[in-house]
Amino acid sequence: MLEIAGRTLGVNPVRTLLHFTGKTSLNLLIATLLVTPLSVWSGKKMLPSVRRMLGLYTFFYACLHFLIYISLELDFNFKDLRIEITKRPYIIIGVIALIGLTSLALTSTRKMMRRLGKKWQYLHALIYPISILTVVHYYWQVKIDVREPLLYAGVLSFLLFWRLLRKVYKTN
Amino acid sequence: MKEKFMQHITSSEITSESIYTNRRIFLKALTATASLAGTATLSKENSIPDKNYSIPKFTRNKQYSLQESSNTYNDATTYNNFYEFGTDKSDPAAYSKGFKSKPWTVEISGEAEIRGKFTIEDILKPHPLEERIYRFRCVEAWSMVIPWMGFSLADLINRFRPTANAKYVVFTTLHDPIQMPGQREKILDWPYVEGLRIDEAMNPLTLMVVGLYGRWLPNQNGAPLRLIVPWKYGFKSIKSIVGIRFTEKQPRTSWNIAAPEEYGFYANVNPDVDHPRWSQAKERRIGGNYLSPRIQTLPYNGYATEVSALYRNMNLSRYF
Repeated sequence: MLEIAGRTLGVNPVRTLLHFTGKTSLNLLIATLLVTPLSVWSGKKMLPSVRRMLGLYTFFYACLHFLIYISLELDFNFKDLRIEITKRPYIIIGVIALIGLTSLALTSTRKMMRRLGKKWQYLHALIYPISILTVVHYYWQVKIDVREPLLYAGVLSFLLFWRLLRKVYKTN
Repeated sequence: MKEKFMQHITSSEITSESIYTNRRIFLKALTATASLAGTATLSKENSIPDKNYSIPKFTRNKQYSLQESSNTYNDATTYNNFYEFGTDKSDPAAYSKGFKSKPWTVEISGEAEIRGKFTIEDILKPHPLEERIYRFRCVEAWSMVIPWMGFSLADLINRFRPTANAKYVVFTTLHDPIQMPGQREKILDWPYVEGLRIDEAMNPLTLMVVGLYGRWLPNQNGAPLRLIVPWKYGFKSIKSIVGIRFTEKQPRTSWNIAAPEEYGFYANVNPDVDHPRWSQAKERRIGGNYLSPRIQTLPYNGYATEVSALYRNMNLSRYF
């Protein structure tokens, strides 16, 4: 059964799954960051729940990505995992980004939002450094053809600068 | 010698009986019939693209063959790094279909008594073809076991009588951005260049390859002429060769130019020397399923007996 499914994922199914879940998580992260600018440009107020849902999907795929990594890629070899997590820069920042996403997912409920009040805003601004780490994580694992990670870096830079300029404009 | 060569074969490298039997039937069909009619009943896994090639004659070199092949024709011809056709693993098979590997000439130059341009027919003519089943280890930590068809590079080199100044052999891939769309992007410094020290080139394991699985090379695998150096990472095994040059100085090679701290001139498979960004201790053998664990990478890809003497007294972390 697994073998049959394996065929459709090419001759290196583990790599295909890792790339698919990682890329999907990154795409969802970009989509999450697009919600605010889209609602400003269109003048239509989007439901905050849309943003939250996209954010949670981002987290879900990041978890899948990590689970596939430790199970199918590392075969639950925790000695290997320890070495990878401490020695490989792209793995280190990937793990940091996942920890960050976890803290955002855990505080994403309305209840937590009320409880944290103003602090919630600060905490969830973590999504910006997390998104940078995620793109660098992608960039560092590419062998040499960095065109696609650079494209993501470009889109992300635009989304972050747009926010920065808006903030500067607002406070003035 | 044979004993030693075989010592590292692990059970994971042994193909299951049914696949092996299939393969035998398959090879028999290929060698016994002049047309492809006999292959019609074969499984899709081992089916061959419909090329009007003649079937090459070859003999199995048992001394230099792992007992069985783990990988299918499909594995070896759909999962390729050949950046001249694109950087995705599936790009070479997708974008090399119209590639013309005939007519083909190879220019021999540099420190040799006999130099000049030779047609591929002239290059191949005196060499009986043999099949060898080698491990193939990519620097990206995946591997395959592939039955190559070719002849020792040493036999080819001897024909051109290199001079005493010939310390290195430099190979060049065709540069033709019209046929090779990947060359329109400056991912690497085209044309692709690779090189070997002359003693590495003369080692009997070093193979000039013209085919795989008893067939002429498909375009995505480097038709019509490529190198296979089984104890080195795959990027050393240059494809679609149009130039062989004998030099006194160590050449600058493509991946070394692109990222000198990551890809050395030697590029010997070594589980103890990591790539700066990832581990080389283990490898994923292509052809398994999700649950197949990665396997240990062997020093010199399992060919230490044959080649470790070439690097005696060398600091392998420095000359990676």
